[in-house]
Amino acid sequence: MSRRVMTAVFDREELVLGALRALRAPSGDAGSAPRRPGGPYTIRDVYAPYMVHGLEKAAGLAPSRLGWVCGVAGLLGAAGMLWFETWVSAADWPINVGGKPFASLPAFVPPAFEAGVLVAGLTVVVALLAVSRLWPGRRPRLVHPRVTDDRFVVVIEETDAAFDPEEARRLLDACGAVEIEERVDELGAGR
Amino acid sequence: MYDAALTPRGDRGASGSTWVPEPERPPESGEPRDETIRRPLIAGDKTPGQVTDDVARPMAGRPTALWWMAFFASGGVMTTGVVAVAYQIATGIGTWGLNKTVGWAFDITNFVFWVGIGHAGTLISAVLFLLRQRWRTSVNRSAEAMTLIAVLCAALFPLIHMGRPWLAFWVVPYPNPRGSLWVNFRSPLLWDVFAISTYFTLSAVFWYIGLVPDLATLRDRAADRARGLRKKLLGFFSLGWDGSLRTWNRYEKVYLLLAGLATPLVLSVHSIVSFDFATSILPGWHTTIFPPYFVAGAIFSGMAMVLTLMLIARKTMRLEDYITLRHVDAMTKLVLLTSSIVGLAYGTELFIAAWSDNPFEQFTFANRLFGPLGWGYWIMVACNVLIPQLFWFRRLRRNLPLVFAVSILINVGMWFERFVIIVASLERDFLPSSWASYRPTSIELATLAGTFGLFFTAFLVFCRVLPVIAMAEVKGVLSYGRRAGAAADSGVAPETAREPAEPDTVPFPTPETVPTAVAAGGSSFEEVQT
Repeated sequence: MSRRVMTAVFDREELVLGALRALRAPSGDAGSAPRRPGGPYTIRDVYAPYMVHGLEKAAGLAPSRLGWVCGVAGLLGAAGMLWFETWVSAADWPINVGGKPFASLPAFVPPAFEAGVLVAGLTVVVALLAVSRLWPGRRPRLVHPRVTDDRFVVVIEETDAAFDPEEARRLLDACGAVEIEERVDELGAGR
Repeated sequence: MYDAALTPRGDRGASGSTWVPEPERPPESGEPRDETIRRPLIAGDKTPGQVTDDVARPMAGRPTALWWMAFFASGGVMTTGVVAVAYQIATGIGTWGLNKTVGWAFDITNFVFWVGIGHAGTLISAVLFLLRQRWRTSVNRSAEAMTLIAVLCAALFPLIHMGRPWLAFWVVPYPNPRGSLWVNFRSPLLWDVFAISTYFTLSAVFWYIGLVPDLATLRDRAADRARGLRKKLLGFFSLGWDGSLRTWNRYEKVYLLLAGLATPLVLSVHSIVSFDFATSILPGWHTTIFPPYFVAGAIFSGMAMVLTLMLIARKTMRLEDYITLRHVDAMTKLVLLTSSIVGLAYGTELFIAAWSDNPFEQFTFANRLFGPLGWGYWIMVACNVLIPQLFWFRRLRRNLPLVFAVSILINVGMWFERFVIIVASLERDFLPSSWASYRPTSIELATLAGTFGLFFTAFLVFCRVLPVIAMAEVKGVLSYGRRAGAAADSGVAPETAREPAEPDTVPFPTPETVPTAVAAGGSSFEEVQT
């Protein structure tokens, strides 16, 4: 499936921030035509060489939910380790060490804490790579050759019937884009 | 609304924990003034493209003669260590100077010393990230590399101490044909296994995740620079990073989470190392102050080691614009703070011992101060508490040769701290007839030297093959394009400057003017809306 997109290249972080806000501004005045959430343009994605504070909000991205993955994994890791320590020391082969109780809970806390941290950290990184579809050796499809160096690229979908390339071009130009081009999307549709 | 959202990254709560602009002072060399927002972290008014060039350039060419000299010197020292380790494993750890009374000495001292060195890397990469100290971006990559190498050096010592290192996997609880005979989860030495291995793993993951965008930057430069194996490796390890904002959004979250995990982790690691001593019942070791005391000492010694490495890297890799006097100044302040905490801990230890009314406790500390190893105690106090007080003075904080010398003295002092705690507490035990002293053998000295060789060799290799500066993070603190006319005034040579494509045709807007200009009447924006 090929879709037409318009790409605008920016060279300064504040210009791309301004452009995103302009693109996503609600259409029409407060009292006139019905507002369309997200503004008149559909932003497919933004490509950035480094993270600019506020860029994700300007592009309308929801906060990541990976924190939940991390928290749940950490709790499971710690609980699993605590269970394992108790099973090993009190059930499978209890050994009397210096007269201490077999289930010495306070002594089991440090390894359980470490296991929780380890599982939480590794899980959240694996989850990041999975949801972002990154893996070792993946061939990147770069939207612009300098996008990992010093260029920002905004990709707008041209699916809308109301999309007017000339207006979009003029708007992006006013926002300070250094290159604007229309192309057939070959960049990960449906990401 | 725009103002709030357009402040530079990491600027939330600017009045609180972030860098507070210093009062009016004459500009110093290498630090241009900037009244518009705040003083820049990176000197030289770099563009993001220049950052890429500056960081990638030292990796592209051949190593300098200085690099080769340092590499061969540290490699030679490392080889000495390899020979010593091979000899003591073949012969047995009877090659050490231990005796019945002093059963723990050099090996565990070096272990604690190296683990402590590693802690500053995590402090810089995680704790200062959470505290929004944006100056960390210049030093975090190499400090994290230092952490990894230091933890590797540390792990070597318990491994050798096992005597039969090929059975090291016995420390892992796994179902085995001996019962299963499990490990003893009540032992602090086993806690160490979990703490150190978790610490190493997560530090490595944190470091690698931070590297991915930079590897992608190098990979995409690879078209004109890297070839062959290097190109393949960059392509493999950069994970197909394409700079998508969706990925960046999640990435920032994960980075924050990892920093949040690493912070309690680093505190737990040296706490657990201190449990090796504190959970025993030996006077001088059996104290509740040990966990915070060890953590503060670890960060203190690590910051000193970071300073040592940074001052070398700054000069040899020509990173003066990235590691400025301001970075050195901030690090010396942290050294001063942790030095004072360590000094407080020394005093508290003595006070509690005197107050305890326990003659064994009192004897141990009197012996530590005035016994056979008293000279080690006073070296420790001089290097760790007295000399760092020089950093109260701004002029001395910015005197680089002095800072370098002090950073080395601190590492000497912190090594002696561990040696004194361990050996001086053991050498005079409860039975005077069994009192003994300890002297390291040449094998032990060569092993310690060998880990220094390993440390510097690995660091030199790191400097050659990976970006020493976290490019994607430094670009975020450049405030590039936020200071009107900064690029035009920078005076950088045209061949190095990678100016924006059309600097003259693009009106240079300020944060206030961008949205208003677009939204103002007559612009295309209104026409689009209708």
